[in-house]
Amino acid sequence: MHITTGVKFGVTSHVVRKERAQSAAQWVFRAMALAMIVPLFAIITYLVYRASPSLSWEFLVEVPRRGMRDGGIWPAFIGTLNLVVLSLAISAPIGIMAAIYLNEYARDNWFNRLINLAVINLAGVPSIVHALFGLGAFVYAAQLGYSLIAASLTLAIMTLPVIIASTREALASVPMAFREACWNTGATRWQTIRAVVLPNSISGILTGVILQVSRAAGETAPIMFTGAVFYKAVKQGDFFPYGLTDQVMALSMHLYTVATQVPNVKESIPYATAVVLMGSVLLVNASAITLRVYLRNKKKW
Amino acid sequence: MNIPDSTHPACQRRHQRSPFAIGGEKALEWLIRLSGISAILFVLAIFFFIFREALPVLFSERFSLSQFLFSAEWYPTSSVNVRYGTLALTLGTCAVTALAMVIAVPFGLGGAIYISEFSSPRAREALKITIELLAAIPSVVWGFIGLTMMSKLIVTYTGAPVGVNLLNGGIILALMSVPIIVSIGEDALKAVPDSFREAGIAMGATKWQLVYRVLLPAAKNGLLAAVLLGVGRAVGETMAVLMATGHAVQIPHGILDSVRTLTANVAAELGEAPVGSDHYRVLFLTGVLLFAITFTVNITADFVIRGFKKK
Amino acid sequence: MTEKTPIIDVKDLRIRYGAHEAVHGVSFSIVRNEIFSIIGPAQSGKTSILRCLNRTLDFVANVTVSGSVCIDNDDVLKARDVFGLRRKIGMVAPLPVGLPLSIYENVAFAPRCSGLNAKDELDALVEKCLKQAALWYEVKDRLNSLGTALSGGQQQRLTIARALSHQPDILCLDEFSIAIDPVTTMRIEDVLKELKHEITIILVTNLTQQARRLADHTMFLWKGGIVEIDRTEVMFSEMPARRETYEYVNGIFG
Repeated sequence: MHITTGVKFGVTSHVVRKERAQSAAQWVFRAMALAMIVPLFAIITYLVYRASPSLSWEFLVEVPRRGMRDGGIWPAFIGTLNLVVLSLAISAPIGIMAAIYLNEYARDNWFNRLINLAVINLAGVPSIVHALFGLGAFVYAAQLGYSLIAASLTLAIMTLPVIIASTREALASVPMAFREACWNTGATRWQTIRAVVLPNSISGILTGVILQVSRAAGETAPIMFTGAVFYKAVKQGDFFPYGLTDQVMALSMHLYTVATQVPNVKESIPYATAVVLMGSVLLVNASAITLRVYLRNKKKW
Repeated sequence: MNIPDSTHPACQRRHQRSPFAIGGEKALEWLIRLSGISAILFVLAIFFFIFREALPVLFSERFSLSQFLFSAEWYPTSSVNVRYGTLALTLGTCAVTALAMVIAVPFGLGGAIYISEFSSPRAREALKITIELLAAIPSVVWGFIGLTMMSKLIVTYTGAPVGVNLLNGGIILALMSVPIIVSIGEDALKAVPDSFREAGIAMGATKWQLVYRVLLPAAKNGLLAAVLLGVGRAVGETMAVLMATGHAVQIPHGILDSVRTLTANVAAELGEAPVGSDHYRVLFLTGVLLFAITFTVNITADFVIRGFKKK
Repeated sequence: MTEKTPIIDVKDLRIRYGAHEAVHGVSFSIVRNEIFSIIGPAQSGKTSILRCLNRTLDFVANVTVSGSVCIDNDDVLKARDVFGLRRKIGMVAPLPVGLPLSIYENVAFAPRCSGLNAKDELDALVEKCLKQAALWYEVKDRLNSLGTALSGGQQQRLTIARALSHQPDILCLDEFSIAIDPVTTMRIEDVLKELKHEITIILVTNLTQQARRLADHTMFLWKGGIVEIDRTEVMFSEMPARRETYEYVNGIFG
């Protein structure tokens, strides 16, 4: 903002230099921020453009034909759905309860600091290490074999720390004064959590879980060696084609396969698979964000 | 004042909760405690099961730990000259991570500064949502983008013979780590008390002077943690580098060389290695190595973050 | 006032936060059905003593408590059933806290927690408590709207109603008037005068005139020790036992 009126606050060369630096800095930072957005839209546009010959409702609901060189992606799509639902059914309850423990019950002692450290570490374990763990623990040690359940368990452990972290954040956003008011009336810890803490953090908890849906759907490495296969014959329109001990197809694995392992695939098929995978993930994310914004606007205090 | 009858039953006796309610609550609280402890169990289990699979190879006569760590020769399937040296892979990981950070750190921190200090509230919301979406794109899709779009761009603009190489992997990883750096960095900047800003503005500083004289020094630990977490993400990334870096086991000499990383190597070879063979066990040992690396990076980052929260 | 049996008997209570001792061995007793006020400047240990009574001090890290605090001849520091103990004591915090529940549920919360679920009994109890807290006529038509949506003064009365809802023997008010306007304060003071016929009230305040208006006995705390404890008339007379008391209640120091 230039202040040009008056004598005392006139524009000196120092002020000019200062303002120039300011506006230059602002432009540089704006450019940097934009540099992150442009690729997102460029990528989406490019993928959709290249995928367009194959993108149709039939592509989604048909089974692959001619050794995956043609046809649709139904088995992979439904397989991903099964994996996600099963893995979150395992990790969400454990993760939410663990977060409740850490935020509501745990006192600040060495043991609970150790748990915190474990959660942070678990969050940083590379996905391929999760794959090795799943292979060693579930496939071989627990003798589940390459199966839907082994892959789901591996995914569950991978999503667990993030669910713990987001749930904790949601719980911590409930003001301490509410808890104290409840304790003052003689309510036990659980009664307090049940009546006041959970109802007011459930939206945040849900958002965190939904975000993990998209993460679990997109992961490839952890399921690659624990239960996902290149190809499995599935009837068109079958919603539950896989048993717990069956191997499954998954969208992410399917994309990897058709992009790198299968020769002479119809050109638009990998692109269309990528678009479906990315589209579902972004859709889930967008709905989580919408939910968050909506619930933030009707906060109760 | 009209106080109603104190003779009403509810106003007289103290109530007792049913034993079922009390017992149920106790059981639930134990379950909650158990879930809390499970996090430790899982970390230990991960280490235990991976190490258990890797252990026998440490006693195999065809394997030596120094060769594993410091030799660049990786011939796991050779019938006469088996070598399990991961140096080339480790350097590959380092090279890709370093390149990714060179690109991602300035953009990530710049973006964080813009979002936290310069943008209007609406632009901030929009930017944060975009970055969240950027973070949500699955790694296999990133890998696919590297394999197709990015590799074409690289061949066109650099004249490299193959488009899947160190540069490609670095750019893809940079795009993947930027969201983490931005969001953690923005948290760090937000943690700087507003009184610092007000004091700076009161002394007549422009926004830019405020940023580099006041905010950056005050938030430097948090920003460092953001970078470390970005490094953690880049080191651990598997599918994207598997598809985008070109897969040649060699020590890279230029950014247009193909490389292979530790993670990609496991993903590529685990399927072919016979269960229980030395090759298979060496891959698990690589897992232990990766676990150790990310463990260190994450603990350091946490330490640094704890530092900035205490202030 | 004639001799009555003490309901609260505190002996040599010491409260230490880490290395810092906040309360240095205070002893006093409070008799049934009176208003007992604790006055004193900030940091004098008033709130610590209150939170010690219902054991919410347990939530503070690094705190050590010694001595004895007996309610009805039961040492609360050794109490096993802290939840039962807290139900014997109603506690009103300095800032009003309406729980993010409906007005009805705010009051019905504590009875529900202790196992009362019958609708008609709850209705009667909620009405009684809201009337006792002088809030009933303002909210009786919107019992289902949010407690957090009330004004500050209404929320403070809601807090009092909630503190009464588990039919405590003792009601503790911790500087209840700092966040509300004088008119509401006067209304609540009238309420307290009524309530004292049924329960014992401990009033922590830094408004000395409020203690003078309401209390039967007054205790003056300073830096974690008792300066003087006596009948309120004596404390506020020209002749309290200690010169500090006279100076504090007359605003000469504090």
